[in-house]
Amino acid sequence: MSNLAWIFVSTLLVSNFTLAMFLGLCPFFGVTAKIGTAWRLGVANTFVMLLTALSAWTLNTYVLTQVPFLRTIAFIVVIASGVQIVEMAIKKFSPVLFRQLGIFLPLITTNCAILGLALFQTARQYTLAESIVFALGGGMGLTLALSLMASIRERMDVADVPVVARGMGLVLVVASVLSMAFMGFAGMGSAP
Amino acid sequence: MTAGASPPPANQPEFVPGAPPPAALTTDIWRGIARDNPVLVQLLGLCPAMAVTNTLANGLAMGTATMLVLLGSELFVSLLRKVIPHEVRITSYVLIIATFVTVVDLLLAATFPDISKALGPFMPLIVVNCMVLGRAEAFAAKVRPVRAMADAVGMGLGFTLALVLISGLRELLGMGSLLGANLLGPNFEPWVFMVMPPGGFLTLGIILLCMAWFTDIRRRRAQEAA
Amino acid sequence: MTAPHRHGGPAAAAPRASTPAWRLVATLAIAGAISGWLVSSVYQWTLPAIEQHAAEREKAAVYEVLGAPARWDTLYLVDDALTRIAPAKTGFARAPRAFVGFDADGERLGVAITGTEPGFQDNVTIMVGFNPETGALIGFRVLEQKETPGLGDKIENDTIFTGQFAGQVPPLRGVKSPAGGKTDEVQTITGATISSRAVVRIINNAIASWSPLLAAWDQGGAK
Repeated sequence: MSNLAWIFVSTLLVSNFTLAMFLGLCPFFGVTAKIGTAWRLGVANTFVMLLTALSAWTLNTYVLTQVPFLRTIAFIVVIASGVQIVEMAIKKFSPVLFRQLGIFLPLITTNCAILGLALFQTARQYTLAESIVFALGGGMGLTLALSLMASIRERMDVADVPVVARGMGLVLVVASVLSMAFMGFAGMGSAP
Repeated sequence: MTAGASPPPANQPEFVPGAPPPAALTTDIWRGIARDNPVLVQLLGLCPAMAVTNTLANGLAMGTATMLVLLGSELFVSLLRKVIPHEVRITSYVLIIATFVTVVDLLLAATFPDISKALGPFMPLIVVNCMVLGRAEAFAAKVRPVRAMADAVGMGLGFTLALVLISGLRELLGMGSLLGANLLGPNFEPWVFMVMPPGGFLTLGIILLCMAWFTDIRRRRAQEAA
Repeated sequence: MTAPHRHGGPAAAAPRASTPAWRLVATLAIAGAISGWLVSSVYQWTLPAIEQHAAEREKAAVYEVLGAPARWDTLYLVDDALTRIAPAKTGFARAPRAFVGFDADGERLGVAITGTEPGFQDNVTIMVGFNPETGALIGFRVLEQKETPGLGDKIENDTIFTGQFAGQVPPLRGVKSPAGGKTDEVQTITGATISSRAVVRIINNAIASWSPLLAAWDQGGAK
């Protein structure tokens, strides 16, 4: 498997951002009650992740070379202001899209998946192309996890569950089963 | 505690809208450990609570690091609460938190390189731990520094205890050891599953289910007694 | 921001006069300056310790894979050629490096290089030492892996598996039951075939891609 393809498959399935690396758990548990909102939030996240990958690579390559210790601060400031700019731009140019995605954008700033993406692409020393593919795979992996979880939870609402088990405990056990299912993708990166 | 419902008493000059009701320092500390435990009750900061809790040492380190960040951030947010303009408060809080995270990250790398390497990028990710920003905004920005520190100690301890519970269970069952020392003997077949990602979800899920069960039993006992 | 506002959020805040813009900018600028100063002083203070830890880690790895050399040179890969001069840091990525180890008499023991490729779970990074003249391996060390605990992670700590590489001549083949006596076979770990083969592949590919570079260095630059 080529390097870029492996990065994509790895972040999408084998090391899924949410189910294997525990990034983006806040929306995973907080905004997965309905499938409609879940996948829209995933798409909004993917978009911000692509922008973040681009900005993080630019910062790493041109700005932070002499001051690596400012990395965390620079990343979070860029992410926070980036999300704000995206929000304003969408509001101005596409009110329809804003009605669908706008309410999620402020939530994205404190999503670990976004800062995590920037930090992991730095730790792994990804090139520009690798960073973009990493963001795409990570974002789509997050969307996949959110949609799966929301579908299960919608079904679970009508299931006959003991009163004591209703609540987050059961949702976490379901997440564990989902995560176990994704472990089946391990080994995909190594050709036989 | 609605704002402006009652005029500020004369002996309490710093009345802040939406401030938490006055309480003893021990109450402020105890709140974070038990009633409002950030992980087990409020379900905040779950990313670090599961990502690095496959061994007790990692869980302890992450808990301690988060507590140090909480202490620094809550102290400074509280000290600067009258200086920071309302419009830029979130940006300022994030800046303060990110500064302390970087400082703790560097100190950890200088003193415990192995733990720092094991935590990897999850150490700087404390910046987006919803709990830290949540406490800064909802508590520290509205009270005196002493109370903010008490809250930081309580929330930090509560977070650390939850992480110790999760990581202790996972290491004991997944490797048969605690802090690297073998406890369950050579005949114990480790439940490898527990130290892998699904084990993290399952451990916290079962802890929450047990808590719900105990709450239910206590509620029924109280009903029967009444 | 996603945290529940238990003690009253924006709705509970009383209307307040808006702050002039210059004060907002000034506050953020001063806060940024103080935070930058604090972080950079802590960085300067902790840098020696952090660099020493990194150097010790590197030293331990080179020591193990080259069989305790007395000293070693570091070669940097810059523009597809090796050089003894560390390149100026451009960007955050470090130039790939090779470590050339010598014994006490100045005889070259071998070269240590690193390689990274997908294993069972995530990427595996390995440092491998080999003798460029004979092509024989000296040793290897897993620098980073996230393989299954108890199965795949045996590539790091199963001494029967790790012990069979010294003296073998790549390209290696990972086989389940080796014929014995062959210099290109290693036995894979039962239950961790994919991880074991990943180790073999990483070692083969790393040596294949570094060998021409090292040969060119020996001809042109060895002095």
